Amino acid sequence: MSDLIRQFRDFFVSLKLTVVLIAFSILLIFAATLDQVNLGIWAVQQKYFHSLFVMWRFGDIPVPIFPGGYLIGGFLLINLIAAQVYRFKLTVKKSGIWLTHIGLILLLIGELLTGLWQEEFALRLDEGETKNFSESYRSNELAITETTDPKFDDVVAIPEKFVARGEPIQQAKLPFRVVPKIYYPNAALAARDANTPGATATPATTGIGLQATATPLPLTYKQNERNAPAAYIELAGPEGPIGTWLVSADPRFPPQSFEYAGRTWKIAFRFERSYKPYSLTLLKFSHDRYAGTEIPKNFSSRIRLNSPDGRDDREVLIYMNNPLRYAGLTFYQAGFENDDKTTILQVVRNPSWQLPYIACALMTLGLIVQFGIHLVAFIARRRPAPTAVA
Amino acid sequence: MKKFIPLFVLLLGALYLGSKIVPERSTSQFDLAAFGELPVLLNGRLKPLDTVARSSLMQFQGRQRVSDPADSEPRVNSPTEWLVNVFFISSKADSYPVFRIDSPDLLSLLGISEEDAKVRYASPAKQFMAVMGFLPSTRSRFSYEKIAPKISELERQAKLANPIESAVRTPFQNAVVQLYGSLVQYQQLKHTLAPPTTDDFLAELLRFQKLLPTGIAAVRAKQAGQPHDTETAQSMIELGQRYLFMSEVTSILAIPPVSGVADDNAWSTTGQSLLGAFQRGSVDSSVLAYAGLGYAWRQNQPEQFNKLVELYRSQIQKRFELQLRKTHAEVRFNAAEPFYASMTLYVFAFLFAIVSWLKWPEILGRSAFYLILLAWLATTAGIATRMWLEGRPPVTNLYSSALFIGWGSVGLCLILEAIYKNAIGSVAAGLTGFATLLIAHHLSLTGDTLEMMRAVLDSNFWLATHVVIVTIGYSATFLAGFLAIIYILRGGFTRSLDHASAEALVRMVYGIICFATLFSFVGTVLGGIWADQSWGRFWGWDPKENGALIIVLWNALILHARWGGLIKARGLMALAVFGNVVTSWSWFGTNMLGVGLHSYGFTDSAFMALIVFVVSQLALIALAVRPLTKWRSFQSD
Repeated sequence: MSDLIRQFRDFFVSLKLTVVLIAFSILLIFAATLDQVNLGIWAVQQKYFHSLFVMWRFGDIPVPIFPGGYLIGGFLLINLIAAQVYRFKLTVKKSGIWLTHIGLILLLIGELLTGLWQEEFALRLDEGETKNFSESYRSNELAITETTDPKFDDVVAIPEKFVARGEPIQQAKLPFRVVPKIYYPNAALAARDANTPGATATPATTGIGLQATATPLPLTYKQNERNAPAAYIELAGPEGPIGTWLVSADPRFPPQSFEYAGRTWKIAFRFERSYKPYSLTLLKFSHDRYAGTEIPKNFSSRIRLNSPDGRDDREVLIYMNNPLRYAGLTFYQAGFENDDKTTILQVVRNPSWQLPYIACALMTLGLIVQFGIHLVAFIARRRPAPTAVA
Repeated sequence: MKKFIPLFVLLLGALYLGSKIVPERSTSQFDLAAFGELPVLLNGRLKPLDTVARSSLMQFQGRQRVSDPADSEPRVNSPTEWLVNVFFISSKADSYPVFRIDSPDLLSLLGISEEDAKVRYASPAKQFMAVMGFLPSTRSRFSYEKIAPKISELERQAKLANPIESAVRTPFQNAVVQLYGSLVQYQQLKHTLAPPTTDDFLAELLRFQKLLPTGIAAVRAKQAGQPHDTETAQSMIELGQRYLFMSEVTSILAIPPVSGVADDNAWSTTGQSLLGAFQRGSVDSSVLAYAGLGYAWRQNQPEQFNKLVELYRSQIQKRFELQLRKTHAEVRFNAAEPFYASMTLYVFAFLFAIVSWLKWPEILGRSAFYLILLAWLATTAGIATRMWLEGRPPVTNLYSSALFIGWGSVGLCLILEAIYKNAIGSVAAGLTGFATLLIAHHLSLTGDTLEMMRAVLDSNFWLATHVVIVTIGYSATFLAGFLAIIYILRGGFTRSLDHASAEALVRMVYGIICFATLFSFVGTVLGGIWADQSWGRFWGWDPKENGALIIVLWNALILHARWGGLIKARGLMALAVFGNVVTSWSWFGTNMLGVGLHSYGFTDSAFMALIVFVVSQLALIALAVRPLTKWRSFQSD
């Protein structure tokens, strides 16, 4: 083996590297915890853990200043596997270390997969309401729906990033072009009285935009708030512009109907939807409090679960510490609003959810074996060996 | 002979604990102990009035005794006696100095001058002591009477300060919010059983009772526009408004559900019960019983008072037998103060163990061990009682986590001491036991420590597994840190750390870190499983989760550094001390961020304390990494 390769190997096998990597991960986690106050939990995960480098903006240029979660985790993985291959023989004495390290390798892989695959949505249901979709916590979409046929809707959903780009969008299903004129990533809505002479000018030529205006707001990172983007959208047919609408993802802002080419359409900016092949109906939301206080004792949602193939038609009770797992998704009680009449369920898809269980069981077993071996050796050393009788 | 000295110490300690358990003989003819056991429903829990009195006093003024520095005797003999006066003779209660105000700005806002705050001692001896600083020369507790004239100004300030997040309030604003909160609670107490404005509530109620049948008829007639006795109707309406006010002021549910109602939690306030009398046509007997108690107390009629307490108690006995057994136990538990008693024992044990390194290692070392054992048993009993009262696993809030961390680390110390018998375990036990109980004491200042669990955390299984195990992990990490401090101070500044003791300490710290790694890892993982079971995600990078993970990583780092030969004895000690910083961050620091599902409380004085602690630990680390020649124990001469 050449010197260079040996040095390379020794670097990756060394315990020094392990210690340095653990120290780096501690610093990374600590900084990420502090930054949650500014960025919120989701942005922190993207910036610190689901990244190769933590970037710092000097002016407009992002500069890597610290290794990110993927980089540290990756090195740790290589270090672990290398150490396992080169340093430890598979003996009973080392079995605890083997188990612990294999468990850790699985845990790291599991976290990587979770970072890549996990999706979270919110499902908001009023009492008596039925829905077959959940909504994204962060992403929005511009939905243009043809509602001419009352039996079904034909939806074209344009993700927010295309709206943000501002270039004209042409879609085969639409007889017109969609031209985003102005886009605000987060906006406040205000009423506008078009009849007063001093009314603010608006780019909107039709719809609610005549009575309301949007003004940009700084992006929020708070955990209990979300950004409500707004945009002025022009629709243009072959013969020229049809009109410019104000649309906003603010839930209070309704979809707007219009007629074009003898057909009926709706335009709306809304939370990105994920449709499901089944529907949920909220029968009743309950919010129990301890007697004489406002301290919540329990939240629960009685739900009817219905799949069109008729396989499932049953009632389920979702409450604290007791989610519904169905069709690869987990529905848990996340909140409520509207004077206890609306429930908010969080919907999570995490296909690799079993990996941490296996990994942690292995690691726990490994630690118990390893420290158990230490303990037995320690006790044996303290008990003076019986004097050997020849 | 010498052999018996440790046993004698053990006996003394046991007697001290025993004296705490035996109920104090009351000097009053009033059976206030029995009154203190009567239950009310407050903050979702049925608790004895004794607990209401004690936790209110703790919240108002940070202690349970009611007295002024200039008094030779306390104003009342027990917290319950204070509460009885708050209930029944508010003019007397208003004169008790029970509101602690430290902020000079707030004092001047309330118009309390330095002259007012100055304490004038009658005896020359006390005056001398005050000059020397052994007695306070200014008072920090004031009566309601003193505050009352400026109460509207205080209210205005509280309205200004309330919308501001507690983390960014100025000390003045914090003081305003805290005092205002105490005054609101004081008003609630005053309106619990009778309106504070009346001298004879019993007579009023009897009149009301008599008037009810005709009164209700008169009001109905008035509403229907028919002829009626205007005077009766008018006085009924006035009484109704009066009781409505009472029911709105207080949230203390003192009146048990009427016999027809099945729900055991359907307690009501006195005001609500009286409003209910308009429908039922009669005043609830519990309300009358309390009014009668008030009358007997005012008229100084102890026999009647005691008899009424007994009657009322037997009246609710049938329905609330188990609860009454619990309130009885809770009152005894309050009086016994097992954690306070343990604190005292820990101090003595610590001193004995320290001195044992210099002189009489056998006798003092054994005595210290016995005292630690006693104190640990007392905290065990205290924690067990709390668990029974609450029907919960040991750790449910920050306060109980402090108790449990102390319990866990002292338990480990007892094992170490049983193995090594070199008093190191006892010193560490005295230190950690005392420190954690002191922290617990400060956490108890916010009110009753037996709180109801919020819905998110309401799962006995996970509280019993995840929370308990992760808390033991905290205890062990702290213990390793404190053992390392002993190594650093004893080795650095005394010559008493011989080779054998130093070796033993290294082994202890290493062993405890292994233990800590295991428990903090398993505890953290169980937390992940709880999160996955409840919320559909194993790990959410929540601050509290991160804090626990950092502890695991830090312990793993120490172990790997040790295995890789990167650190020797002193390095191990330095890293173990930093474990204290890491653990205190996870325990308290993460709560101060105010984000995440787990955060449950923050006070800015706690933040200062945390900073001071971290700085002190860094200083110790600096001492640990000094060159070997500076260590007095290791200088070879």
